[in-house]
Amino acid sequence: MLAQGPVESAAFAPNAFLRIDPDNTVVVIVKHLEMGQGVYTGLPTLVAEELDADWGPADVKRYANLAWGGSAQGTGGSTSMRGSWDQLRHAGATARALLIAAAAQRWNADAKGLRAERGYVIDARSNRRASFGELAALAATLPIPQDVPLKVPREWRLIGKHVPRTDTAAKVNGTAVYTIDHHLPNALTAVVARPPVFGAKLKRYDASKALAMKGVKAVVEIAQGVAVVATDFWHAWRAREALIIEWDRSGGFTASSDAIREQYRALLKQPGAVASSRGEVDAALNGAAKRIEAEFEFPYLAHAAMEPLNCVVRLDDKSCEVWAGSQSQTLDQAKAAATAGLKPEQVTIHTLLAGGSFGRHANPISDYICEAVAVAKATRSLNAPIRLCWAREDDMRGGYYRPAYVHAIAAGVDKLGRPVGWSHRIVGQSIVAGTPFAGMMKDGIDPTSVEGASNLPYAIPNLRVDLHTTSLGVPVLWWRSVGSTHTAFSTEVMIDRLAHAVGKDAVAFRLGLLKERPHHARVLKLAAQKAGWGKSLPKGHARGVAVHEAFHSYVAEVAEVSVADDGSFRIERVVCAVDCGVAVNPDIVRAQMESGIVFGLSAALYGEISFKDGIVQQSNFHDYPVLRIGDMPRIEVHIVKSSEPPTGVGEPAVPPIAPAVVNALFAATGRRIDRLPLRPMA
Amino acid sequence: MFSLTVNGKSHQVDVEPEMPLLWVLRDIIGLTGTKYACGISQCGACTVHVDGEAVRSCVMPVSAAVGKRITTIEGLSTDSSHPVQRAWIELDVPQCGYCQSGQIMAAAALLAKTPKPTDADIDRAMSGVLCRCGTYLRIRAAIKKW
Repeated sequence: MLAQGPVESAAFAPNAFLRIDPDNTVVVIVKHLEMGQGVYTGLPTLVAEELDADWGPADVKRYANLAWGGSAQGTGGSTSMRGSWDQLRHAGATARALLIAAAAQRWNADAKGLRAERGYVIDARSNRRASFGELAALAATLPIPQDVPLKVPREWRLIGKHVPRTDTAAKVNGTAVYTIDHHLPNALTAVVARPPVFGAKLKRYDASKALAMKGVKAVVEIAQGVAVVATDFWHAWRAREALIIEWDRSGGFTASSDAIREQYRALLKQPGAVASSRGEVDAALNGAAKRIEAEFEFPYLAHAAMEPLNCVVRLDDKSCEVWAGSQSQTLDQAKAAATAGLKPEQVTIHTLLAGGSFGRHANPISDYICEAVAVAKATRSLNAPIRLCWAREDDMRGGYYRPAYVHAIAAGVDKLGRPVGWSHRIVGQSIVAGTPFAGMMKDGIDPTSVEGASNLPYAIPNLRVDLHTTSLGVPVLWWRSVGSTHTAFSTEVMIDRLAHAVGKDAVAFRLGLLKERPHHARVLKLAAQKAGWGKSLPKGHARGVAVHEAFHSYVAEVAEVSVADDGSFRIERVVCAVDCGVAVNPDIVRAQMESGIVFGLSAALYGEISFKDGIVQQSNFHDYPVLRIGDMPRIEVHIVKSSEPPTGVGEPAVPPIAPAVVNALFAATGRRIDRLPLRPMA
Repeated sequence: MFSLTVNGKSHQVDVEPEMPLLWVLRDIIGLTGTKYACGISQCGACTVHVDGEAVRSCVMPVSAAVGKRITTIEGLSTDSSHPVQRAWIELDVPQCGYCQSGQIMAAAALLAKTPKPTDADIDRAMSGVLCRCGTYLRIRAAIKKW
């Protein structure tokens, strides 16, 4: 069962993540955001495994606010499982030891002869048993033991087995509460009119018509624009249409996509800041028997989660409560506090389910949260909680996109067909510059701009990756799999072209260069084998492959496409192999691979945010299409058996799909594709 | 003032005739299982049944729903026992879950008329309901399993 209430006190709370009540309810508190990736199931599994809890009644509650140990709370970079693996297993094991110690004390028995099983402590010799709930109060009084040993894998009962998701029931009957559903008594709904281009400012506005409309309670100016506050979304949205606003666009963004592209392509001709370098690249390329060059273009992309951005705020003189599908509670708390004029500790962030996020709710400047707090502050006289809702059009045009990039790669092979040099230049905006994450930058290099390229896995002796970080007035942000969204494409399409140029099989060529990278090689071989790589296909069909590491997980995908005589194509089948260490919940790993493939396919086929005179040209799903059920390929997922600690699964399936499809299209048609999306709307 | 029959219960709502059914359900009646995601009939997250037909409630004026039987996800069953919901649970279809009310309502309307749908039937009935998490394979499998 999925509980969504606040975290209450309990009989036994040995650490931040676990509560056991006298009625034998085990509550696992999840510090991460559930946005579909399965943390409400995977993380409680770790606690329940070591605790030997009965999975059935194990309850999941969200973590209310600040984290454990003073470190920042947030969800991103596919780190939830990796970062919780030891922490939560220790939390469970320590609690189990305490419950066993409590039973030993109660029965005056030796703890060594007792064991825990499915929510009970059992003394097999005397046939005594006591539920965790019965022992909870006593356990709470005992000293917390140190270094309790963890189970060995053969003792696992939940990890690696099929454990159903804890959140499914609420998500099939309409009771799951997302922020947009969180109704506080007397709450009012706010819709904000924002500038037509990024960076424009409010000059003047006339709200007289809007204020006269039914349901409208207030129209207020905030830093972000003009907010209409009404009884409900539709009346607020409709009144926003009636606002007359004059914007000062003098400091605003004015560029068009074509001009940005030209500017970026010009930068490709000049050396950038070196992100990674080994050997003598220029000499190697000049002396190469064969040299291949390509330039690649990637558009801005919107996250376009199904639940548009929204946030609920209750504010008074001394406290502020925020309800949101937050991916970065600690930063959001600080930003909400600054906006409200409070101290961070006066702000509570309640994390609700997110209807998708893909990075959008991990905004270092907490844009949507600050906006909601600003409206609440400007409408204090109404004495009502504020529910801020973005319409789809606001969400699509609101910025914080995956940046646009252009890449150029020059690669050379020697007489024997071995790659000898690889020069890779990237041009685009930095995601972290000017944010609290700017410390990630080293020597002017934003690692998120070059990840997946600067650590190219292939054994090429001379390599250089350099970067031009551009400065444009388009707000940008991490987008599911971040830098790998573009670097996997350029590197994996280029390596395929090298294989083709030297007449080698695409899989064999890669494997020859991956001898020092066993994880890559293993998933590549597995995907190729399961896909029937090399076996004949019907006319018009072809396969393409790509392999990539992201967030310490390794994924290879083989795409099979069919191309009709008129050039139209379908993606028929995708075979995916993943090495994510221990697969804590194999079905969720499979689901995340399917999910990443679909997400990557949507972007590869259609994804493009474009600008004309600074204005975003897309607004909704009709001009920013995403994959529909009829376009779905068959997907098979194969998980490498591993005893290494688990790594992330939310993002790593995204990067390989676009290059795998484009490599398959090349195999089918001989057509080089250097630009995404494949089916542009613009 | 309009009289609406939602999940077998009568509601009197004092709203403009053009207010979309979606927002009447969510913000006036308080049934939040039906979701807003596009507002222009492009994504299907707001799908409900009106006299048994799958309808995008974000573009249906409330005045057009008067006198009709409206069923939302909350009314599909009282205890998640509708065969479509059971199939969804068995296959753990949802990820973020936000689109799933719409998916389930679209699937239930399809299956009420076409108990043994072909893949083409499924494509036709379900292609209007978007899922950004990519649960489409499981949706198709659950529809075939119900």
